[in-house]
Amino acid sequence: MPAGTLYRGREGMWSWVAHRVTGVLIFFFLFVHVLDTALVRVSPEDYDNVVATYKTPLVAVLEYGLVAAILFHALNGLRVIAVDFWSKGPRYQKQMLWTVVGVWVVLMIGAIYPVLGHAYRELFGS
Amino acid sequence: MATPTLDKADAAGTPEPGFADSPYITATFRIRRFNSEVSAEATWEDFQVEIDPKERVLDALHKIKWELDGTLTFRRSCAHGICGSDAMRINGKNRLACKTLIKDLNPEKPITVEAIKGLTVLKDLVVDMDPFFQAYRDVMPFLITKETNEPTRERLQTAEDRERFDDTTKCILCAACTSSCPVFWNDGQYFGPAAIVNAHRFIFDSRDDAAEQRLEILNDRDGVWRCRTTFNCTDACPRGIEVTKAIQEVKRALITRRY
Ligand code: HEM
Ligand code: SF4
Ligand code: FES
Repeated sequence: MPAGTLYRGREGMWSWVAHRVTGVLIFFFLFVHVLDTALVRVSPEDYDNVVATYKTPLVAVLEYGLVAAILFHALNGLRVIAVDFWSKGPRYQKQMLWTVVGVWVVLMIGAIYPVLGHAYRELFGS
Repeated sequence: MATPTLDKADAAGTPEPGFADSPYITATFRIRRFNSEVSAEATWEDFQVEIDPKERVLDALHKIKWELDGTLTFRRSCAHGICGSDAMRINGKNRLACKTLIKDLNPEKPITVEAIKGLTVLKDLVVDMDPFFQAYRDVMPFLITKETNEPTRERLQTAEDRERFDDTTKCILCAACTSSCPVFWNDGQYFGPAAIVNAHRFIFDSRDDAAEQRLEILNDRDGVWRCRTTFNCTDACPRGIEVTKAIQEVKRALITRRY
């Protein structure tokens, strides 16, 4: 191990890492999303072609990942706001993080059918 | 009634060999060495130390320096958790070597000891603390009052007013918090948690009149708004100060102007 070791932070540090990673991911998604939507003004046929590729199972899985990232970022964002503005926030940050993770898991299960249902039918028949 | 430890050994029938006669174990200390006169690169060096697990990492460092390798360089002064000179990164986390017991570290595995992050390493575990203390001085960590005359009587304060900033009076300026902060690692210009803690100590002191000035200093682009609430500082503070909470209170005072 030539370099120093990784800092062994706890829940707060890793939730911040995840918040930043998901924030940057969402930014890149929005960037591409603005471009593809703008395409409709340039060439409606090309726009249709691009949107058709979005209906493939691979993109459905990516969409599920996007839902995961946005949900985590949004829920943890509310936690960060509570840490900054609720006077008891810093003391309950860990409990709030586990609440965020719990709600995230529930919503991710709920998102399986709406997001992946179409791809499932396409791959395995209905 | 014997001590619980003896009870246990009795209950098991056979005491572990060597258990009763010697509390000592052999622990490996993996220390990050740096000496600019020898090499521009830092390297890891392992030391085997016979030690009682109830002793502290600082005791192990002393054994190494006094018995194995006199060139090992680190800071310590009080050895009792009050001077703040021996903050270092032990098993990946900032702590005071003099307050960290070997038995709390899983001594079965090598125990890593490194200098704190974000400040320039001068030698082995010693870092250049100047930027840290400069940030501390910049928040004016001393009582400032409007009256220019010598006070003629005590400055009275209610118990509640004193309680308001009690937590942040406990700081020993060890830098464990500031050097645990990812924002500070990336940008040493950030004031850092310790400076904010010590500003908090005066901002919320009813006897002090310069809260407004200190808040303006921390309203800077390198001030409190850089905080990303990672809680590394709160986890690292050997005095148990709720550092992130203090930073949050300063942020809120900047918005509400109530302190
Ligand atoms: C869904 C609603 C959203 C909420 C509630 C939210 C909340 C937050 C909060 C509170 C922060 C500050 C974190 C901190 O101070 O540590 C933040 C940071 C950030 N957000 Fe969001 N956000 C949302 C949507 C988005 C979107 C759509 C994007 C992408 C365009 C995004 C990208 C980012 C980035 C890059 C950061 C910086 C992370 C950092 O500095 O560590 N966020 N978000
Ligand atoms: S706030 Fe705690 S960790 Fe930071 S310098 Fe003071 S005593 Fe050390
Ligand atoms: S040596 Fe003084 S705090 Fe550890």
